[in-house]
Amino acid sequence: MYYRVKKIITLIILHTFLLSIALSCIFPLLWMVNASFKHETEFRSDYGLKLAQNPTIENYKSAIIEGKLGFYFLNSVWYTFITVLLIVVISSLAAYGFSRLEFPGKNIIFFMFLAAMMIPLPAGFVPVYILLNKLHLVNRIGYVFAMTNMGLSLSIYLLKTFFDQLPRDMEDAARIDGCNRLQIWWNVALPLIAPALAVVIIFNALTVWNEFVLASLMFTEDKLMPLQVGLMEVYNRNIIAHTRIMASLTIAALPIILLYLKMQKQFIKGLTAGAVVG
Amino acid sequence: MKHSFRFMGFLGICFLLLTISGCNNSTQASAPKEKKLVIWHWMNDRQAAFNTLAQKYKAETGVTIEFKLFFPPDIYSQKVIAAARAGSLPEIFGILGEKSTMGSFIKAKHIADLTPYMEKDGASWKNSFYPQALDVNVFTTANTYGVIPGIYGVPIDTTIMGFVASKALLQKAGLDPNKLPGTFDEFVREAKTVQEKTGKNGFVCGWGEGWLVNCMATEWAINLMGEDKFIKTIKGEVPYTDKDWLEVFTLFVKLKDAGILNANITTMINKESEDAFSKEQAAFSFNGSWSVNVYKQLNPDLEYSFFALPKISNNFPVKLWGGAGSSFMVNNTSPLKEEAVNFLKWITAKNQQDFLIIETNNLPSIKGCEKTLPPILSELNSRMGQLTHPNIWPCNEDSRVLEIMNQNLQQIVMGVKKPRDAAKEIQEVKERVKKQ
Amino acid sequence: MDKAKNFGFILPALLIFSIFYIYPFIYTFVLSFQRGDGIYTSEWVGLANFKEVLYYDKNWGRALYNGAFITFWALTFQNLLAFALALGVDKATRTGKIYRVVFFILPVLSEIIIGLLIREIIISDPGILNQWLSRIGLGFAARDWLGSGLVLLTTSLVHCWKGFGWAFVIILAGLQTIPEQLYEAARIDGANAWQQFCRITIPLLMPVIAMVLVLTILGTMQAFAMILALTRGAGGLTEVPVMKIYNHLRGNQVGLACAEGVILGIILIAVSFTMLHISKQVRKRWGVVSN
Repeated sequence: MYYRVKKIITLIILHTFLLSIALSCIFPLLWMVNASFKHETEFRSDYGLKLAQNPTIENYKSAIIEGKLGFYFLNSVWYTFITVLLIVVISSLAAYGFSRLEFPGKNIIFFMFLAAMMIPLPAGFVPVYILLNKLHLVNRIGYVFAMTNMGLSLSIYLLKTFFDQLPRDMEDAARIDGCNRLQIWWNVALPLIAPALAVVIIFNALTVWNEFVLASLMFTEDKLMPLQVGLMEVYNRNIIAHTRIMASLTIAALPIILLYLKMQKQFIKGLTAGAVVG
Repeated sequence: MKHSFRFMGFLGICFLLLTISGCNNSTQASAPKEKKLVIWHWMNDRQAAFNTLAQKYKAETGVTIEFKLFFPPDIYSQKVIAAARAGSLPEIFGILGEKSTMGSFIKAKHIADLTPYMEKDGASWKNSFYPQALDVNVFTTANTYGVIPGIYGVPIDTTIMGFVASKALLQKAGLDPNKLPGTFDEFVREAKTVQEKTGKNGFVCGWGEGWLVNCMATEWAINLMGEDKFIKTIKGEVPYTDKDWLEVFTLFVKLKDAGILNANITTMINKESEDAFSKEQAAFSFNGSWSVNVYKQLNPDLEYSFFALPKISNNFPVKLWGGAGSSFMVNNTSPLKEEAVNFLKWITAKNQQDFLIIETNNLPSIKGCEKTLPPILSELNSRMGQLTHPNIWPCNEDSRVLEIMNQNLQQIVMGVKKPRDAAKEIQEVKERVKKQ
Repeated sequence: MDKAKNFGFILPALLIFSIFYIYPFIYTFVLSFQRGDGIYTSEWVGLANFKEVLYYDKNWGRALYNGAFITFWALTFQNLLAFALALGVDKATRTGKIYRVVFFILPVLSEIIIGLLIREIIISDPGILNQWLSRIGLGFAARDWLGSGLVLLTTSLVHCWKGFGWAFVIILAGLQTIPEQLYEAARIDGANAWQQFCRITIPLLMPVIAMVLVLTILGTMQAFAMILALTRGAGGLTEVPVMKIYNHLRGNQVGLACAEGVILGIILIAVSFTMLHISKQVRKRWGVVSN
């Protein structure tokens, strides 16, 4: 009996602790979504604590159209899509090369990629920004290339280790069937590393989607700004319109949260990918 | 063989993308054949008025004008500097920031000397401006920037920093909305009254932006110690630990202790403060003359008026921070230099200045537009003789000293520093800089 | 010929890597020895930038202190919380998955979203957070969170709040790799829960903990966007090293920005190597064979 009571009490304490922390994570987000559907006057009278009485989508409309959030959102989608595509192609090619093929300088070059992953470059955006200026690449293309580089080392490392664990039988079979290297890479190797590719995609997509520093330095025009920079703009221009800001933040946050709920495993693996290295 | 071919294709596309984007940028600078002037600016609230003017100019002269907006201002600065580096500046552009920035542009031969055009026909163009507005673009003989003396820019408007008062809130608090505080003590008292009677804030300002705190401190410092002593401080002959400076710093403690400041005032940027004032959340604010247009957009029914700095002393006259708001410079290397100058002459003529006053609520840079001014601006305009600005001082404070001063003022307001410690720290930095 | 073709596989990666990593890496050092306002071509100034940063600029020291302060909270509060939560969820097997999903929502969101959301909750007139506090009877805890000396602590806590989920997931994964048989064997030997924790959990988790600590330091010392969105510097009280670098670049003091970057980079490398070294020593002393 004593042990049972003790166990139950421990469980209650444990879950109160866990629940309160969980609540602290969710509550501000729910509050944000709730407030985004309120009228400004209603928000000011109850600080967004009560459910919206007569929900309005006016905030969303004005955020998307006047706040140009729709623009920023599409820009972010574009940057993310192109960058991730480039990274997947380039890093899987390189990883396959490092894992399966022989060429001079292989170990040194791979070591370089490894080192790049380990050495922190806190001011890395400074020379990159200057370089892009010199190359006249302060535009979408320059940004995509710079971002591609950001995720490259880790992606190559992840994919290479994955390749290393795979048996070579299938590739050997394909080679006997007369496939060349590029065909083997495309037809045999890529499908095999699909699980690792998913992690690479999520990791890089989130990096690009959430990147702020370089984008805020580079993009001078509204029509080029990605979402993170655009959000700061929207915020500065609508400080008193709290509910509109909430709508803007919701637009930025919700798609990511939904995607995350749908693919938790890949998200968690993707975001902790940096830790795998150590 | 086949795959290496595909591979080359991939690299080829990469290369193509690189070169195309490279071309894009270099061709946008100028296309001399069709006589088109490109103007870069950062004034997002004026884009529409500028476009109207451009159409008008096209109809009158056949020259196409394209106003290109880059916003916000720090991004604009970045853009201009990058373009100067790359040699792709447009025909006409503005320069933001300290006068030394303009100086280095001139030394790098990016900006045309407009003195001959200004002095032509008995200096009629030059004399049409308010001297205070033109002065910021003038480099005098033996200037400290090492620039050949001359006039290097054309002001298109004037900016004056002033205090604003919300008439509705004053009235609600039982104060006379037409009698605005003339001294610091009156100012604090009235702000307190409004706060007690209406529950709104006494004073709001974008003090998260250091220069706004600095601006107020400078105006009070000049009022207390006079411009001479102020300049002497910059020169290093008077320390920041001087009792007059301590008194200036203590003003911010008084403001804080009176409890009239908007919460989190040191994390607010000017846009936030404008938003709050226009929604009648505070009795007083401190802002530039450009805010007339901002307030109009945020709340067309807002009733307010400008007033000068609340005095802290009668020893020296009140000086207001102001001068050329926005100036345009002409690209020295552009083949369309003459056309650019002609356009600037046109935009600073009375008709166009009147148009800009009405459309954008800015103070004009030329004399003779008083009748067009809306009443809210005439109070400021009448103070044109009291202006002062770092750009017309003989020397400027080092940016590191300014930075530490702004931060210390912000920290005083946040209650984490005492005026004496702040003064000591500022002086310490000042001395290190002097040694360098 | 064959080897050249093989080389083609890594060529695109190598090209991008050379242009956007190796070149900037070297260029940082070059720029840190130069000064220029960005319009003139730069001139060589030797060590002047480093001298300026390390000696003349009082704010650099404070920026490092601010960064270290936030890092301290992240190392202790954030990671202890994450550790406690991981232990708790490891026990609560049935509901563990849900908790994991919830805790990891914040790390998924961007720093700007978190910064702006919390700013909105704290400062918007008349202070929503303080209103909430007074409604649940905690009115006495209402503070001027961002407008007083508290601002750095507030920033640190928000940083921890955003980051604990990440540390939690890594530590939890580490906990779940510890084989259950070890605990059973210990129980048979008569070890109580505390002894099991000290003798099995901690030593086996050491590599994971060391990694989390190093990554926390690297991540927090380079945090910037959230702080910009939340406080905008707040009179220098929340100015962190990367914010300083960013502002110098914006003010066209490229040489200073690069010198600061080099200094910060060296500090970070030194600190993380020291941490790894210490954790290795600890593991050796506790007699755990490292893997």
